[in-house]
Amino acid sequence: MIGEGTQSTNQRRHNYLQENVEVGFFTDPTVCIGCKACEVACKEWNEVPDDGFTWLGNSYDNTGHLGASTWRHVLFLEQDRQKGSQIVSSHSLGSGDGEDPFRWVFLSDVCKHCEEAGCLEACPTGAIVRTEVGSVLVQNDVCNGCGYCVVSCPFGVIDRRPQPLPDAGGAFKCTFCYDRQKSGLPPACAKVCPTESIVFGRLDDLRARATQRVQQLREHGYADAQLYDPIDTSVRGTHAFFLILGEPEAYGLPPKPQVPTIHLKSAWTAAFATAIGALIATLCAFAFL
Amino acid sequence: MTNEKRIDQLREEAWAKGVVTGDGVDVAGGPIPQRPGYYGQPVVRPPVWTWEIPIYFFVGGLAGMSALIALGAALFHHPDVARTAIWIAAIGAVLSPVLLILDLGRPRLFIHMLRVFKPQSPMSMGAWILAAFGTCVVPGLIALELHMSHVFTGATDQILRIAAGILIFGSAIFGVLLATYTGVLIGATSIPAWFLHHLLLPIHFGAAGLGSAAALLELLGHRIAPLNGIGLFVAAVESALLIWLSLDKHGAADRAIHEHRSGWLIRIGEVLMGPFPLVLRFFGVIPLAAIFFLLGALISRFGWIAVGRVSGCDPEAVFASQK
Repeated sequence: MIGEGTQSTNQRRHNYLQENVEVGFFTDPTVCIGCKACEVACKEWNEVPDDGFTWLGNSYDNTGHLGASTWRHVLFLEQDRQKGSQIVSSHSLGSGDGEDPFRWVFLSDVCKHCEEAGCLEACPTGAIVRTEVGSVLVQNDVCNGCGYCVVSCPFGVIDRRPQPLPDAGGAFKCTFCYDRQKSGLPPACAKVCPTESIVFGRLDDLRARATQRVQQLREHGYADAQLYDPIDTSVRGTHAFFLILGEPEAYGLPPKPQVPTIHLKSAWTAAFATAIGALIATLCAFAFL
Repeated sequence: MTNEKRIDQLREEAWAKGVVTGDGVDVAGGPIPQRPGYYGQPVVRPPVWTWEIPIYFFVGGLAGMSALIALGAALFHHPDVARTAIWIAAIGAVLSPVLLILDLGRPRLFIHMLRVFKPQSPMSMGAWILAAFGTCVVPGLIALELHMSHVFTGATDQILRIAAGILIFGSAIFGVLLATYTGVLIGATSIPAWFLHHLLLPIHFGAAGLGSAAALLELLGHRIAPLNGIGLFVAAVESALLIWLSLDKHGAADRAIHEHRSGWLIRIGEVLMGPFPLVLRFFGVIPLAAIFFLLGALISRFGWIAVGRVSGCDPEAVFASQK
C-alpha cells in the first residue's frame, strides 16, 4: 500500500511461489493517472517486441487492446458523467458539482488469469499450464501455434504473434512475471506503478482490500463503483480483477464471460448423434436400395 | 500519413461537417459518434486461421465419411465403390494433416499435438481422431488393394481380407468422428455466432461430409442407388438445417450469419447443399446435384470461418450474447 515504502507488497521480496500461495492483481482505476509505466515496464522486462506505432486516436490510447505483443494496456475512457469527489484519508474534498459532467477513467487491463481458463482448457499441446501461484502460463517452447486458445479466451487476451516479429507463430499473453516471481520479485507492472493502482499480493488479501475500497468509494459519492470479478459465471473468478466505475461494456469487458467448455457436452452429444445417424443412414442405403 | 496531417484533416472535417467519421478522436460530448464498447474494439479475438482450415474441414469431412461409405459398400457387395471410397479416404487422410500443419504458427512443432490426450480440448481430440483415422485408413487401403488384386493366395490372402475388413471398420468409426468433431471445435469457443449454434454445427458439418463423399463417388462414375439415396437424405437434412438457421436467430449476437459477406457465403452454401440438390436429384439430374453439393460444402466451410471473423470483431455481438 502507498505509504508502506519498501514494505508494500508491490515492492518487497516474497516466497509466494515456493509456498504455493495464490496471488493476484487488483487494479483500481480511481487512483490510476494513465502514465502507462506498466505497459513500458512489461515490454522491457519481458522483451516484448513493438507491434507497430499506429495512431488510433482513441483518446490518449494508441495501444488499442491486449494482444500477443501487448500484455498490459491502459484504457482511457472519457465519459460525460459527474466525476466523484477527491478522497483524502477519510475526508472528501469538493466534488466539482456544477461543472459540466465529465470524467476521465484510466484502467490498466491485463490477462485475467481465470480460475477456469478457456485458453488452458483449449490448448491441445499442454503448452498452457497453471502455475504454483494460480496464474496461467504459456510455455513458449511447447506452443506450436495452433491458434485454438485465441478463440477460446472469453476476454480476447491471448493472440498468435504474426511474422516477422521475434518468436512469431506462438501464442502469447501476460506471464504474471513467472520468472520474477520465481526469484521472489513482484511483477514488473506492479513494481513500477507509481500510485499503486495496480496492487500485487495474496489473492485473499486483495479480495478483502477490493471490497473495502468499493465500499469507501460508494460512501464518498461514487455510486457506480463496482468490482469486476466474474465469480458467479463459469469462469469462477479471476486472479486479476478490477474495480470499475460504471458498466463493464465501456471497458470492453464482457458482462458475463463464460468459459467455452460449458458448450462441450451438448456439442459432443450432437456430434455423436450425427455420427450414429450417418452410420445408420449409410448402412440402410446400401442394405435396402 | 503523418499524424499531424491526420489531425489537421480531422479538424477540417469537424469544422465543415460538424461530424467526424472513421478512425478519430472519440471524445465524450464531441462531434464524433460513439462506438459500442471501448471505442468499438473487439472484446473477444477473431480466429487467426487462414484458408487451410476451411479446406481441411471440407477435405476431412469428405475423407471421413468416404470411409463410412467404403464400409457400407464392402458389407453390401459393392467392392468397386468400396475401393474408390477407401482411396478417397486415404488421400484425404494424407492431405488433412498437411493442411493443418501448414496453418500452424510453428509447423515444425506439429508433433506436440500428440504430446497430451485432453478430452476437454476438441483440438486435442481432433488431432487424435485424425491420427487414428490415418493409422486405420492407409494400411486398410494397402490391405484391400493387395487382396483385390490377388497378389497373395491361400491363408495370406484370407488374413489380408480380414485385416482390410477390420481396418475399414476402424476407418469408418474414426471417419464419422473426423467429419463431425469440427463442429464441436468451433462450437465450443468464445465467438458468439459460433457458440450460439454449437448444436447445429456438428450436424451441419457431418451431413456436409457425408453428402460430399457420396457426390464425389457419383462424379467418379459410381452411379448406384444407395449413393443417390444418401444424396437425397443429406440434401433433406441440409434443407432442414437451412430452415433451423433462419428461425433460430439471436439478433445482434449472431448477425454475422445473416448479414455481411459472411452471411452470403452461409446462405449460398446452404442453398447449394439443401434445396438445389434435393430438387435436382428428384428430377434425376445427379451430376449437377453432386457438383452443387460439393461446391456448397466448400463455400459454407469458408462461410463459417468468415462468420467467426466478423462475429469475433463485433463487440456488440459479444454483449448481446451475454444478455
